[in-house]
Amino acid sequence: MSAVLTALPVADFTAPKLEYTELMPLLVVFGAACVGVLVEAFLPRYLRHLVQVALAIVGLAAAGVLTVLLMADKKELIAAQGAISVDGPALFTWITLLALTLISVLLFAERSVDGGLSAFAGQAAAVPGSEAEREGTAAKVEHTEIFPLTLFAVGGMMLFASANDLLLMFVALEVFSLPLYLLCGLARRRRLISQEAAMKYFLLGAFASAFLLFGIAMLYGYAGTMSLGGIADALATQTGGDTILLAGTGMIGVGLLFKVGAVPFHSWTPDVYQGAPTPVTGFMAACTKIAAFVGLMRVFYVALGGSRWDWAPMMWVVAILTMVVGSIVAITQTDVKRMLAYSSIAHAGFLLTAFVGLAQAGSGVLNGITSTQAVLFYLVTYGFPTIGAFAVVTLVRDAGGEATHLSRWAGLGKKSPLLAGVFAFFLLSFAGIPLTAGFTGKWAVFTAAWTGGAWPLVVVAVLCSLVAAFFYVRVIVLMFFSDLPADAPDVALPGWQTTAAVALGLAATVVFGLVPGPMLDLAARAGEFIR
Amino acid sequence: MNIGWLTYLLLLPFVGAIATMAVPKAKGLLAKQVSLVFSLLTLALTIVIAIGYHQNGAADYAETHTWIEAFGAHFALGLDGVGIVLVVLTALLTPIVLLASWNDAQQGRWSEKSFFAWILGLEALSLGVFAATDVFLFYVLFEATLIPMYFLIGGFGGAQRSYAAVKFLLYSLLGGLLMLASVVGLYVLSARAGDPSYLLTDLIQLDISQNTERWLFLGFFFAFAVKAPMVPFHTWLPDAAAEATPGTSVLLVGVLDKIGTFGMIRFCLGLFPNASEWATPVVLVLALISVLYGALLAIGQTDIKRLIAYTSISHFGFIVMGIFALTSQGMTGSTLYMFNHGLSTAALFLVAGYLISRRGSARIADYGGVEKVAPVLAGTFLFAGLSSLSLPGLSPFISEFMVLAGTFSKHRVIAVIAVVGIVLAALYILLMYQRLMTGPVRDGVEKLKDLNFREVFAIAPLLVLIVGLGVYPKPVVDIIKPAVESTMQRVGVTDPAPEIPVTEGQK
Repeated sequence: MSAVLTALPVADFTAPKLEYTELMPLLVVFGAACVGVLVEAFLPRYLRHLVQVALAIVGLAAAGVLTVLLMADKKELIAAQGAISVDGPALFTWITLLALTLISVLLFAERSVDGGLSAFAGQAAAVPGSEAEREGTAAKVEHTEIFPLTLFAVGGMMLFASANDLLLMFVALEVFSLPLYLLCGLARRRRLISQEAAMKYFLLGAFASAFLLFGIAMLYGYAGTMSLGGIADALATQTGGDTILLAGTGMIGVGLLFKVGAVPFHSWTPDVYQGAPTPVTGFMAACTKIAAFVGLMRVFYVALGGSRWDWAPMMWVVAILTMVVGSIVAITQTDVKRMLAYSSIAHAGFLLTAFVGLAQAGSGVLNGITSTQAVLFYLVTYGFPTIGAFAVVTLVRDAGGEATHLSRWAGLGKKSPLLAGVFAFFLLSFAGIPLTAGFTGKWAVFTAAWTGGAWPLVVVAVLCSLVAAFFYVRVIVLMFFSDLPADAPDVALPGWQTTAAVALGLAATVVFGLVPGPMLDLAARAGEFIR
Repeated sequence: MNIGWLTYLLLLPFVGAIATMAVPKAKGLLAKQVSLVFSLLTLALTIVIAIGYHQNGAADYAETHTWIEAFGAHFALGLDGVGIVLVVLTALLTPIVLLASWNDAQQGRWSEKSFFAWILGLEALSLGVFAATDVFLFYVLFEATLIPMYFLIGGFGGAQRSYAAVKFLLYSLLGGLLMLASVVGLYVLSARAGDPSYLLTDLIQLDISQNTERWLFLGFFFAFAVKAPMVPFHTWLPDAAAEATPGTSVLLVGVLDKIGTFGMIRFCLGLFPNASEWATPVVLVLALISVLYGALLAIGQTDIKRLIAYTSISHFGFIVMGIFALTSQGMTGSTLYMFNHGLSTAALFLVAGYLISRRGSARIADYGGVEKVAPVLAGTFLFAGLSSLSLPGLSPFISEFMVLAGTFSKHRVIAVIAVVGIVLAALYILLMYQRLMTGPVRDGVEKLKDLNFREVFAIAPLLVLIVGLGVYPKPVVDIIKPAVESTMQRVGVTDPAPEIPVTEGQK
């Protein structure tokens, strides 16, 4: 080994060229995460919470500003020696992720709804129900590591959404998944189910990662390269090797659809959503979905676009299954978080319709909405209400923590009309009722699907929307038309953090419902993926 | 950017709703007064617009603002003969309902003021629906009307209100979502032809292939058939109308359901003329079934409000029949019918509501001999009932006659069978009157109070209009006719020529 190194002539070795300006948002987020780790190591405990929250917010905001500057510059290029594609969709995804993570961080930092403690376990290592745990709670011990973990996760998501190379994509996937596994297991209340969720998520996630890695290996075997552009070129020129290509496509599909939460790779979603601390659930539901979808589109549009007729039929099936299973199974749910989990599965199905609609600027469709634009827009219109809705869930509490069983929400409209009204509004948005963001989002994806010729999917989608509307409306009925039981849960008085998160979610839902134009234009300006 | 009259007309009730909600809870009466004032202002503005429309035509009121460019959606409002009639109906019924329902919301789930605010919100959205000249805007408002109605039924109705509200919402959403698929399809067609636009004027010029047109038509038609409602998609209406307060039922049947028949004229016939013609036989048969089935079921009802709901299903059958007969007489009659049906059913529901609120029961069997105890109530009820069965001299007669005559000139068999509906109408109304009002005074009825001044005052305008338009319908017909003729032109059909030649002497 050392012989080889010494034999290498010095003159041939050049340092890799990195486009620091374009990569700066990523570097800022990862940098802030690393500083967060140092803060954890060197600052006294009483300072950590404040510093960590400030660091996370500043880091995310700074990265956001840099991203906006890049978007204004309209600089699009392949950076980092072909590994990272800083193109329109990537920048759009970055800014969306950063904004949503910022809101999530506010929720993570909330300490006033549960007697001065955050939603996270004081000592993750303490056995649930043990004396050590009680002592920790009494001493108000906190895990402030959650903030650097979140920053690592969002950095990984940003990298994942812009990875132009399958290997980097895999690394990015692990970078954002590992912190999420940890975050899931850190709930302060109901720790066993939280730990169970983390375990399930980890095992199934590892399994899916293995699929992805296997798929990557096969595609490498087929194309001889890991870069998305290289694979596309190989598809255009190469004959033969179809078996390995198809197998690789399928396995990569499994890995990515797992993260998206599409049926039949969805079974982790309800358990994890239910078990994870609610702020983390909101973060995962919104941000993971965004990163995973953009990654899915990038791989399948850029690298495998040439073989679309091979994978599109399978994706049709997955899209239909996802919509149908997500919306029908949601009806039987009795837990708010599980219901929202299935709702997120159904939403993944709606997104998939636009994805398989394949309405692309290059494919003969000149006017109208493209699939990329529709998906990006939908992700925005879905992300904000989702975090807002989970923020509302954190506020309905009884002695055991959050009261997530649906029967406990009966009569909430009597107890707190404002909170119930806001939640009902989010539900109406999820149901796609006009004048909410959910409607414009649905409209966009359905249009993209139909433009690409997938009108049967649109018909299935509207029917599934009806089924979905049923279970959303059921919750509204429960909140407003049922009597308040004697032992109804309390509505915690939110701190400014949760208030801000709910208010931002609400504002976004209204604005994107009434005047979606600017956001749609922004999504259109993002254009297509470059390679 | 100049904002036109119609935008103000939409905003006025909306502002009224907010103002009503802003009144402190303790001052319930003030909230009601505020809402009534706003509804009357809206009515006044509507009358000004209607007069202007009568004198200067529609051009003054058309306005178009780009809303969502990427969708090709505009905030575009405008009026035609059909639209203005329904706008007037909406603006007219709202203050009447508010006044008639003055105390109906007391036992509701929420404060009284929210009932009044929801009604004003519903009025704003309904006015928008009838004035929208952009399909996207229409769709958005069409679906948005469900929300206030849902809360009106679910929050202030009878014992089964939650069930009725959800049923109403789900049925309507089913129709609405299928229509969404068609709306999306229209966008795709429009985008392929050039710049996407949802303006009716642009969509009319689209060249749609036969199959596509039929599928898109079905999406729209299904939504409107559920809304109207036509058999077999009607089962939500009796539940909703029976559980809601009488005022809500009036708005539901009188205004909201008209969106269905209105949509058939403006969108089904306007956008998909060939497909509409293609579907005519099936639609006419369905309409005929609605006429007869609704009337037969009405006869068998034991609940007053359910009975009135079924009569409406029968009436809507007539309206749809007139529209799809594709003769100018039939379509004019149908539009007039929409207006008249709004008046007569409103009167019927409201008087029935007065009666029910006095006795506390909607069962027909609980009544008897009311005319001896409360003659004014019984009299107005009889009057409203007679208008509902289309007694000559009252306004619904003219429209029903026009519908039947218009249908007869093209589809004889259907028209002849439909006439049976008139006989059945006499049966269900008179039987109900007989059971409720005549005969010996039943226990529990003897102490019924007669109508008070507010109640009489609320329905008086309805009764006056029913008589007035029954004697002299020409002003309304004159307004409707041009719009019907342009729709006929669009569909490409003409009235059948009379078979008996007009002789010199008759000229």
